[in-house]
Amino acid sequence: MYAIEVEGVCRVYQKYSDRHRFKTFKSALLSGSFFRSLRPDELVTALDDVTFNVSTGTTVGVIGENGSGKSTLLKLVAGISKPTAGRIAVHGKVSALIELGAGFHPEITGRENVFINGIMLGLTKKEIAAKFDDIVRFAELEPFIDAPVKTYSSGMYMRLGFSVAINVNPDILLIDEVLAVGDAAFVPKCLDRIDDFRRRQKTILFVSHDLSTVEKVCDRVIWLRGGRVMTIGEPKRVVDAYLQDVAAKQEKDFERLRQDAPVVPPAGEDRREDRWGKREIEITHVWLKSLGGQEKHVFSPDEGMEIEFEVAASSTMDDFVFGIGLFNSQGISCYGTNTNLEEYQAIALRGEGRVVFRIERLGLVNGTYYLDVAVHKRDGYPYDYHKNLYSFLVSSTLRDVGVSRPAHSWSFSPSIEIKLPGQGR
Amino acid sequence: MARLLNNLKELCKYRVLIQSLVVRELKARYRGTVLGFLWSFVNPLLLMIVYSVVFGFIIRPRDPAFDNNPIIYALYLFCGILPWTWFSSSAIESANVLMIQGNLIKKVLFPADILPVVVVTSNFINFLYALPILIAAKTAITLFVPKAPGFSLYVLQLPIVMLVQAILSLGFGFLLAALTVHFRDIKDILGNLLTFWFFATPIVYTRELAAHSPALRFALDLNPMTHVIGGYQSCFFYGELLHWRRLGVTLVFALLMFAAGAYVFDRLRDSYPEEV
Repeated sequence: MYAIEVEGVCRVYQKYSDRHRFKTFKSALLSGSFFRSLRPDELVTALDDVTFNVSTGTTVGVIGENGSGKSTLLKLVAGISKPTAGRIAVHGKVSALIELGAGFHPEITGRENVFINGIMLGLTKKEIAAKFDDIVRFAELEPFIDAPVKTYSSGMYMRLGFSVAINVNPDILLIDEVLAVGDAAFVPKCLDRIDDFRRRQKTILFVSHDLSTVEKVCDRVIWLRGGRVMTIGEPKRVVDAYLQDVAAKQEKDFERLRQDAPVVPPAGEDRREDRWGKREIEITHVWLKSLGGQEKHVFSPDEGMEIEFEVAASSTMDDFVFGIGLFNSQGISCYGTNTNLEEYQAIALRGEGRVVFRIERLGLVNGTYYLDVAVHKRDGYPYDYHKNLYSFLVSSTLRDVGVSRPAHSWSFSPSIEIKLPGQGR
Repeated sequence: MARLLNNLKELCKYRVLIQSLVVRELKARYRGTVLGFLWSFVNPLLLMIVYSVVFGFIIRPRDPAFDNNPIIYALYLFCGILPWTWFSSSAIESANVLMIQGNLIKKVLFPADILPVVVVTSNFINFLYALPILIAAKTAITLFVPKAPGFSLYVLQLPIVMLVQAILSLGFGFLLAALTVHFRDIKDILGNLLTFWFFATPIVYTRELAAHSPALRFALDLNPMTHVIGGYQSCFFYGELLHWRRLGVTLVFALLMFAAGAYVFDRLRDSYPEEV
């Protein structure tokens, strides 16, 4: 039994050109093309041949970048707008949390708004009266319920909106990124309520950018890209595929940024990114690579990395030290070392050469990192010092914090019952 | 046609929602003001005073029905201005209502049809609130001014006139609401159009005043509001039977207007969520 059936659905949006928008009523009438002139000349496809089913009682997540058609999809399922082509069937009473408190009128009290909002969502006055106390208690607004809604903070507004919508007791709940605005105490409460829904075998369609929540809450996940369904399936797998895609995109962006920014910045810039030294030994090129030797700029925390650099000396040198330093975006040094500290002894460098610094496992948390690469004398006299000239990104779903991420594991005695990550619920 | 009836049925289904939105509108309108609901009375009263001074005392009314008495003229004015206010406020608010309530149309599964209905209904209620003043004023004038027209049973025809006006206002409201979404110019034109329309309707003057020119008379009679306002004047001022033929034709026109408005509104319905 399906609660939501979506079959070959397309949604085309009309993108009016400026010329068209300012065309007046009169000219439309004169040219006798009234209804036709309302038809647009430019179209934007928000959804393109989307097909999927949601079984009754399951929770399905929808993920994707901004502009991938998630909200459009939700609006179509809610019936707020109609598909351009294709068929949508929804079996059961729908409540859409697309914008909380969308129907509130600022001048009247919270109490009156709850009633009107409830009626808009399809409740009768009697039903609202019966649930009224629950609604207000859940929103934690008992002292303010008789104040005009315009005096509410945005958090209070949102809580009341969520509370009304969730108390409509729908068969199908559509949620669009609305939990993003709640505070630390309210969001878990909302998630509890959503869990409660799941237990009562209700159907939920859940749009979110919060991938860890999606992974936790959903039975299946749909990944949309550019209005098309990329994958539907088991949450962990789809989220990973999506993350890989995002990482690939970030990689491309980084590549472009690197090409845009000259390796040698103009002199006199601030010292955050700089290069100095007389270049008796010059660092001519630096690559960041995966352990497989592929050039790369987005890494996962447990991945390894190779920093490879090319040096060239104008004459034979016998006093040189190679060094690297890793800094996070706050400028805190995460790690720094050089060949001298590790007791390598320089003998001779003639002409050109290559140096590879291999890190077996990065062990860093999410964030952007900057890299110093230098070659200098044992006493610190710089030949060529590249300060923060190179950067890379560490990206993962984990939210751990700190300067570094040591390799670690957890273990528990049998008296502690705990679920391992990725084992579902 | 079948679709139109179906939409009408839908509207009936939403009557509780319409009712609570009207109540909200009325409550919100004067919330935060000192006089509150009294404004529904004070506004038309002030308007009537202004018009009475200008047209009653400065430009002396010539019609024999007024007996050269500005006070009787004021009563005549009042009969026309109250329903006109209902009509013009409905039109102006209808033109804006889809944009103002855009959030509802975009974010909630909400039948857009009921918004113009709420506008016309809440303005109708405001009109009803003003009726007691009209009756009080008429009572006072009847008692103290000689030759003033008295009460008659013809007042009971009032609901018929109101029904015709309601249908006309709804039709016009639907049309304006739908078109303004696509042609924002209408908002700006409408104010001027309504001022013109006001003076093209026998409110500050009488229809008989135009009797000398058949062309002018014909033009006045083409205006449906002439007969609607005339109906109110028959009930309240002249105390006579309605002009059945004229009002009947107006009713037919109002129904056509309603059908046209509902048709255009329905035709453009799917564009509202993107355009408002």
